[in-house]
Amino acid sequence: MIELKNITKVYHLGEIDLPVLKGISLKIEDGEFVSLTGASGSGKSTLMNILGCLDHPSGGEYWIDGKNVAGLNANERARLRNDRIGFVFQNFNLLPRTSALENVMMPASYHHPALPTADIRKRALELIRLVGLEERMHHTPAQLSGGQQQRVAIARSLINNPGILLADEPTGNLDSTTSVEVMNMFRDLNRKQGITVIIVTHDPKTAAFTDRAINMCDGLILEGVSDELSATLKK
Amino acid sequence: MKLWPLLCTCARALVRNPMRALLTVLGIVIGIAAVVAIMEIGNGSSKQISQQLTTLGADVVNVFGASVNTAGVSSGRGGRASLYAADADAITEHCQETVIAASPVVRTNDQVIVGNQNWSPNTIVGGNEHYLTIEGWEVEHGMAFTREHVRDSARVCLIGSTIAKNLFEDKDPVGEEIRIKDVIFTVIGVLGSKGADMGGNDKDDCLILPWSSIRTRLKGSSASATISKAGAANSSVGVSATDTFSTSAVSFYPGSDLQPYDNAPHPLRTVTVDGLIVQVRDSSNTTPAMDAMTTVLRAQHGLEPGELDDFEMRDRAQFANMVSSTSQTMSTLLVSVAMISLVVGGVGIMNIMMVSVTERTKEIGLRMAVGARPCDIMWQFLLEAVLLCITGGILGIATGRAISEIVAAQTGLPVESSPSAMLLAVTVSAAIGIIFGWYPAYKGSKLDPIDALHHE
Repeated sequence: MIELKNITKVYHLGEIDLPVLKGISLKIEDGEFVSLTGASGSGKSTLMNILGCLDHPSGGEYWIDGKNVAGLNANERARLRNDRIGFVFQNFNLLPRTSALENVMMPASYHHPALPTADIRKRALELIRLVGLEERMHHTPAQLSGGQQQRVAIARSLINNPGILLADEPTGNLDSTTSVEVMNMFRDLNRKQGITVIIVTHDPKTAAFTDRAINMCDGLILEGVSDELSATLKK
Repeated sequence: MKLWPLLCTCARALVRNPMRALLTVLGIVIGIAAVVAIMEIGNGSSKQISQQLTTLGADVVNVFGASVNTAGVSSGRGGRASLYAADADAITEHCQETVIAASPVVRTNDQVIVGNQNWSPNTIVGGNEHYLTIEGWEVEHGMAFTREHVRDSARVCLIGSTIAKNLFEDKDPVGEEIRIKDVIFTVIGVLGSKGADMGGNDKDDCLILPWSSIRTRLKGSSASATISKAGAANSSVGVSATDTFSTSAVSFYPGSDLQPYDNAPHPLRTVTVDGLIVQVRDSSNTTPAMDAMTTVLRAQHGLEPGELDDFEMRDRAQFANMVSSTSQTMSTLLVSVAMISLVVGGVGIMNIMMVSVTERTKEIGLRMAVGARPCDIMWQFLLEAVLLCITGGILGIATGRAISEIVAAQTGLPVESSPSAMLLAVTVSAAIGIIFGWYPAYKGSKLDPIDALHHE
């Protein structure tokens, strides 16, 4: 379970303090499929960085499974990310000139305690099969289409059996057909494997796939949902 | 992160851009190749020098009679005829720990005649059967004289190549007869060429005979040496010395009751020689050998404690040290120049690693996002630099070996492959990788994952 209590984030730009998050309190239960929406500048990227333990909040408490992670240092956060959180990015972020299989295996090499390479490989093969790319596992990202690259990225995010999957605009670089495929994949992962999936997006159509939309505006979470989104959700 | 997967990651990163990796390590390759080639050629040269020094006699100690002072006029070194042929055998026998062999030396100066040709050799010198080995002579053609030749004062001689050329021209000198002072000697061998000595004298202009032949057939007693009182007195104490130092198997010195042959005069124990030459085992430190020899000679000469030595010794090590330290200085100089090129190569590595870190900022961000700690990133880039340098080192060793082989083939300079140079090369290149790879790796590890991820 993820719980944020009055999280704030202030950036110091020279002498000016720029508050980006102004007190976010949020609870996401295990196995939820939620989206985080909002216009650009609303602070959703900052919130996602904090949710993903890439950044630490300026104030407030962040609890993951009953543990306050707001005060962890860089190394502890790295270990937590490796162990608990899977990342999927808008621009896929696969290692160039590296095969799909090796891309999937990469995060496991930072696992602590170290895992035997044979086990990592076996797990990576399962995941490649899960995302339907066993035919192309030796292809490099340049030889894969955008949708295929994103599927490799999803397989990569699952290599360490994370409880939470954090996707930052996962459909931002994909066409509508592929977007649907990718979103269905997230829904399957959520339904069948019980992984908590958080999708950060500004696109209402993408948000519509999720069970709950958290709408941000100006550093705060809006109570309820926007009219536009609720309309989409009802369909 | 375990070392092996990390190594694979690094190797893959390098293989991704092979041309750049190759150009990056070029500096290291050149530097290491220079170090290896210089060390190999230097090793070969110093081995050659030390071989040449041996032929010049770096491991030889000369023993002279002490000087004689007659009415205030000193004779100078070797003035006193205090050394005996038996001293050489005693030294060979009793100083085995430190001495390889000893030989008496007798010199004379005469004209050599063959048919209607004549020639005055630079040196006519006599020694025993060890003489040739001690002075580093090789018999090119024919044979050396033996212990029996020496015992019998045989009329045999070995000639240097200059004499062979001047007296015999194209004829084979072996078996021919030559005349010295109306005594006919048979040439039994021609010596290999040694060239000029340090003073510019032709060493090949020489004639080598058994010392006993010179002493008994050509020269009754040493022309310059005076048999001093002390020397004469030794004829009696010399016998007592034999009790301490038993002589060798072949008896050179028959008792006085034996009638000597007219045409084969036997050397007497008391026959003096002009000097001794002694080959020592350790040419770099002749002191233990000289101490042992002093003990033996004092006992041979029956000197009481407190009496002054009636002989002097001098080694040629000083000269050898000078030559070898010169060659050492040269190769140290060359290796330090080569080391500078290694440092330049290291700067090249640092340069490219900096570019690589900047270029792969996004990769660093991704790795950090999926759980790489700053130290993992640090290790990755550091290891990459070290791997690059070690690859360069290995390529450099191969290039260096090739260069020295080519040099050896083209110029005939001796080359000796040196495992220590290779070990040094690999160690140095790994060290360069660590030193020059550290800063870029450190910079990479200090990146913020969010900034790095969104780096364009």
